[in-house]
Amino acid sequence: MAPQPSESQREAESLQHMGEIAPAAEVGEKVGEKVAIPDEGERSHPTFATRARSALRAVWADPRLICGAVLVALLLMAIFAPWIAPYPPLKYHPTIAARPPSLAHWLGTDALGRDQLSRVIYGARISLSVGAGAIVLGGLVGAFLGILGGYARGWVDQIITIVVDALLAFPSLILALAIAAALGSGITNVVIALAVVRIPLYARLARGQTLQVRALDYVTAARAVGTPAWRILLRHIFPNIFSPLLVQATLSISFAILDESVLSFLGLGAQPPTPEWGTMISDAQPYLTGATAPWMILGPALAITITVLCLNLFGDAMRDRLDPRTAGKVDSASLASGAQE
Amino acid sequence: MVNFLVRRLLFMIPVALLVSFVTFMIIHLIPGDPARVLLGESATPQTVAALRHQLGLDKPLLTQYVLWLGQALHGNLGQSIQLQQPVTQAILQRLPVTAELGIISLVVSVALAIPLGVLAAGTRNTPIDWLINVLSLIGTSIPNFVLGLLLILFLAVVIRPFPPGGYVPFTQDPLANLRDLVLPVITLAAGAVAGNLRQVRASMIEVLSQDYIRTARAKGLRRGRVYFVHALRNALLPLLTIVGLQAGAILGGAVIIESIFLWPGVGLLAIQSILSKDYPVVQGVVLLSALSYMLVNLLVDVGYGALDPRISLGQSQ
Repeated sequence: MAPQPSESQREAESLQHMGEIAPAAEVGEKVGEKVAIPDEGERSHPTFATRARSALRAVWADPRLICGAVLVALLLMAIFAPWIAPYPPLKYHPTIAARPPSLAHWLGTDALGRDQLSRVIYGARISLSVGAGAIVLGGLVGAFLGILGGYARGWVDQIITIVVDALLAFPSLILALAIAAALGSGITNVVIALAVVRIPLYARLARGQTLQVRALDYVTAARAVGTPAWRILLRHIFPNIFSPLLVQATLSISFAILDESVLSFLGLGAQPPTPEWGTMISDAQPYLTGATAPWMILGPALAITITVLCLNLFGDAMRDRLDPRTAGKVDSASLASGAQE
Repeated sequence: MVNFLVRRLLFMIPVALLVSFVTFMIIHLIPGDPARVLLGESATPQTVAALRHQLGLDKPLLTQYVLWLGQALHGNLGQSIQLQQPVTQAILQRLPVTAELGIISLVVSVALAIPLGVLAAGTRNTPIDWLINVLSLIGTSIPNFVLGLLLILFLAVVIRPFPPGGYVPFTQDPLANLRDLVLPVITLAAGAVAGNLRQVRASMIEVLSQDYIRTARAKGLRRGRVYFVHALRNALLPLLTIVGLQAGAILGGAVIIESIFLWPGVGLLAIQSILSKDYPVVQGVVLLSALSYMLVNLLVDVGYGALDPRISLGQSQ
């Protein structure tokens, strides 16, 4: 529950922001159009070399963008896992159990002699898809509730606000644990649990944005000419509040991936023998505390940390580039939302 | 002030009721019949039915909720299935362990984050700032169960200054208690320090760019005084919100930390009762953690008024 005085202050501030930014953006678009049309005829399309050069310049100016390449690599790794992984992830060889890293097994083998590297590669599939799935599902439901409440106002808004407040009253990981426990272990249920936990965040954000947008002239105009509510919501409100939601979503995928690995680590997510990073760490735990094969944790631990680190850095960099409100400014807003997770 | 508190407490009632309803409903989604879990596979349908009746599981769900709520308001959260003791007693017994871990971690994280954040803001764009930023990035990105396991490996298994897990009550052996605390507190506080110091740094930089800071410097005040007396107080407001949110993260983190370090606290109780389908205990833990989280956020709101004189809590907004 955010404190009421500061919330209203913040709302007032962002209203001012909208007032400043919306007209400026419109003007900018028009100017851009006028200039761009004659320009295109005179100049040829940018060649590959110029594009590569400008991309390199962007990376040079902001090295965080390298993380984008790492994320693409992770994504490709997940998609092409069967072709990249040197061994089948489920095939076990008891004779080579718990071996240290070697040329044949770069990250060693686990307690059943399965190749750790192959399991880490396959594990990317689960982490990335659960992370993205939870954000998309939670984001859509949350945005829907927020827009509905913000647009309809009145008792609908009040009910949605109370439900969102009730969801926010739970520590998020404990709520996710309880839902995952109630639904039973399994990947789909983890997605649902992590999505429910994220609904309030998007609902609040979408509601606040909707309150600002619905007061703008073009929405009033649309209402005045009798445009049906669903059309206003879909055509006029949603597209205009989409970008802050998208920024929030990019920033919180890493938290969903972290939470997924926690649930699996605690035994409530992916079930053996599915190759999944959290489960692999939990499998490695006795070998680590017993100091018999501590390297076993290396692969999955690095995989989670690198993924989360890159998502955080890339998300920050994207927000700084895309969001006019924070461009060039210190990122206090995103930090607040990050900690909210 | 009193007015504000009363209003906030009244507003908490519908939310708390809804929280209790959500908790109850989630737990009753758990597949499997608790009566059957309790009696084992060999029980006859008759005994299962008898126990269901005895536990009230044959009543409609809404009736069960109202009965449960009525009891809960009297402090009775039911009987644990596995532990042979009342849920309230099971939780209260373990609460001091979790409270010790949580409060110390919170204090440590704030105590480290404020000076580090001020230092980073003061040395902005120098190697010191850069180093603090890199460390805080790693701190936010490394999952706490990974950090906990690495700490166990290096500080309890390879070289052994600390025990890999376990808990000795403070009253029994204060020194051993503090030694047991070190690794779990580092694990739980690391992520919080990282997040908090970035917040302190960001808001310090913002505050330091304001006119009144320049005025203070221009009239000849020393840098340290300007930083800690003039700027920090305003920079701390966003941190307060974050600390409130962090309390929730610490409650969730306790589940992980306690199961890694085998601390007999509420977190370990939570995960054990989830895995053994001891649903009255799960229900109690979830409900109590939500209520205490709400209470922390109330305190944060009150703290706002104490830190920022512009926010007057008594007046209606």
